[in-house]
Amino acid sequence: MRALKGVSFDLQAGEVHALLGENGAGKSTLIKVITGAHQPDGGTISINGETVAQLTPASAHKLGIACIYQQPALFPDLTVAENIGLRLEPASALRKVNWATRQTRAEELLKRIGAEISPDAEVRSLSMPEQQLVEIACALGAGARIVIMDEPTASLTQKEQHLLFAVVKDLRASGVGVIYISHRLEEIFQLADRVTVLRDGESVGTRAIRSGTGVSLVQSADVSPDVPISRTLGEDRRDACPTNELSESELIKLMVGREVSAIYPPSESEAGNVVLALKNLGCAAGGVKNISLDVRAGEIVGMAGLVGAGRTELARVLFGITPADLGEILLNGQRITISTPKEAVAHGIAYVPEDRRRHGVILEMPIAHNMTMAVHERVFPGTWLRFGAEKQIAQDFIRDLGVKAYGPDAPGGSLSGGNQQKVSLARWLATKPKLLILDEPTQGVDVGAKSEIHKIIRRLAKEGLAVLMISSDLPEVLGMSDRIAVMRGGTITAMLPAKTDAHEVMAAALGQAEKGATK
Amino acid sequence: MKKHFRELSVAGALAVVLIGLAIFAPAFFQPQPLLSLLTREAPTLVVACGMALVIISRQIDISVGSQFAVCSVCAGLLAAKGWPLPLVFVSSVLFGAIMGAFNGWLVAGLRLPSIVVTLATMVTWREALRWQRQGEFVNLPDGLQWLGLSQVAGQWTLILAALVILVFLALATKHLSAGRFVYAVGTDAEAARLAGIRPQLTTFSVFVFMGALVGLAAMMNVVQSPQVDPKSGSGLELKVIAAAVVGGVAVSGGRGKLWGVFVGLLLLACISPALTHLHIEAYWEKAIQGAIILLAVVADGLRTRKQRN
Repeated sequence: MRALKGVSFDLQAGEVHALLGENGAGKSTLIKVITGAHQPDGGTISINGETVAQLTPASAHKLGIACIYQQPALFPDLTVAENIGLRLEPASALRKVNWATRQTRAEELLKRIGAEISPDAEVRSLSMPEQQLVEIACALGAGARIVIMDEPTASLTQKEQHLLFAVVKDLRASGVGVIYISHRLEEIFQLADRVTVLRDGESVGTRAIRSGTGVSLVQSADVSPDVPISRTLGEDRRDACPTNELSESELIKLMVGREVSAIYPPSESEAGNVVLALKNLGCAAGGVKNISLDVRAGEIVGMAGLVGAGRTELARVLFGITPADLGEILLNGQRITISTPKEAVAHGIAYVPEDRRRHGVILEMPIAHNMTMAVHERVFPGTWLRFGAEKQIAQDFIRDLGVKAYGPDAPGGSLSGGNQQKVSLARWLATKPKLLILDEPTQGVDVGAKSEIHKIIRRLAKEGLAVLMISSDLPEVLGMSDRIAVMRGGTITAMLPAKTDAHEVMAAALGQAEKGATK
Repeated sequence: MKKHFRELSVAGALAVVLIGLAIFAPAFFQPQPLLSLLTREAPTLVVACGMALVIISRQIDISVGSQFAVCSVCAGLLAAKGWPLPLVFVSSVLFGAIMGAFNGWLVAGLRLPSIVVTLATMVTWREALRWQRQGEFVNLPDGLQWLGLSQVAGQWTLILAALVILVFLALATKHLSAGRFVYAVGTDAEAARLAGIRPQLTTFSVFVFMGALVGLAAMMNVVQSPQVDPKSGSGLELKVIAAAVVGGVAVSGGRGKLWGVFVGLLLLACISPALTHLHIEAYWEKAIQGAIILLAVVADGLRTRKQRN
């Protein structure tokens, strides 16, 4: 799988250049290439007009490239000054620490970005935006000319965002080039000079956002290229799109504009009774609020939304991992409460988690053990394990789901990703659920196994199971769902019918409809 | 065969040692000293089985030596008061289970790291005992030693009892749901939780069980002599952890077999008498035991690295 196929991107001094794309479009990979964490296998990177042969994290650092991640990478038990010192001072074990310089430099840097943070404060005691400011101070202190910000506002409040925006504008004014990644269109329109859209690992277009100033910046940068960087990775297919002003809907079109590539099995099931009904469900700890949703027997409800929209959190609420504190859950018309996964299983709810390596299949255990993990009480009444019964269950699922393994004794770790996913699915089907929650069922699975899993999901729906399918793969949501619920900011913002197009789903996920309504 | 490779290699090492002794020091196999050796190790085996479960569930309990001493002294005092033997046995197990429950509550309930919790209880129980008894031995009434049997019969009873417990636990870990849960929680507590297993309850139960086994082992030790030494059980924790590690229990949790622990314990226990019979200075005992433990850990490390690649 190639994460990046052909990306052309350039950044000028004193510019905020936004990078936009749906989940898995290749933004993170591009950032990793720019910071030297990944090596590109084609194309060129040039910084300051000079082509860089090989970029490593150390050489990127030397060239003045700094990246501020969503979760700041600071040492929580050290003070701000110590953190800045560790980043900026030469790494030598026997060097004497000059505390006075360390202190004054930290003070200066913090002052330069207008942060009111004491250099003596322990990083643990700082809020998330304050930690981000410390990161920015580090970047400035290292003489960064290119600052990459990966969804910096994801965990910030409104007020903290404004503070951050002011700092970004200051950076721009002082001639730093900023690559700004965000899912929030309003931020991009507020902050960015230009925006580049990535789709399926390719850059599909670069547009100027602010008329007038945008053009002059481009020209001035061309005349005196202070910090121009440009990269062309993979085959060179520089988009000849003119940089003109654009609207939100044009941006969304750029992001999703593609055909549903895979062929999805057709929906054959008739929706039956309502199996799950949620009324104003909320959970403060899980960060979801005001969820109302119906799922019927035989129906596949797709859950779309961007990373962090609250979809996995909703699944965890329904499975009793972070129990709901507001609203009602009705299962087959009966009001129930779910406060532990065990209760959820007893009620007939099954959850196939997202990260199967961490939370799904136990890799050291044979697949037979993995498959019966959730049904000990039923398969082994009296707690005495009956290996015959266990083997039978495993063999049935291996046959039904087409698991490719040498037998029920094969350890989970010996299987491919797709087959591990089938084992994880088998564990939950063994509980004979009424409602099946799938979280990214085909993530990291190859194309063949993916279509097999799709067929299995369809078959389960046909057999009368209610399926709630969380997926960041937009074509999958569109191809598989009977209805689509779109989440944003911890709540469902749109319910869309089966024949929706990608544009509408993306618009809802990005909050365009919501914004239009508030205007 | 492949599944038991780790345990079989330890068994192979034990066989080599035994064959070597048979050739160079056949005196090692005289029945009476051998019987005494096995009797001495019987309580250790019982504690080692419990320790194996604790380590498989990805925890550690270094307070077992102190628990052992507390159980021994309390049982001795009750026996001296004239309590009947079966009741003394039950009380000792109960004392152990209570101390285990305290550890389990701190580890599973308050989610504190088990190494710190059991370090604290280890010191606390030991010092409390010293303060209370001032190092005084407890004299046991007549008829308690060797359970009122002849010495040989008593020795055989203890050895068989330890073996019965071993076989029972070996079967239980394989054939009971609870056993499977211990392995699941030790490998991946979060995955286990998502599968409806209660990891905290499992951990708590393992600690209680560990304590109960310590109580039983303490009694098996008490009946071997006419007095109870309040310092008994010191160093026991290291001995049983070593036996578990040599026997193939992974310190990272989730892997290990009880019969492997049995073989590991025998291997370590053979070293001291073997040295005596081979006329090597006893100073070497600890060094050789240390080398065996190191070898086991290095072998595990190399194996996991190979699997990862």
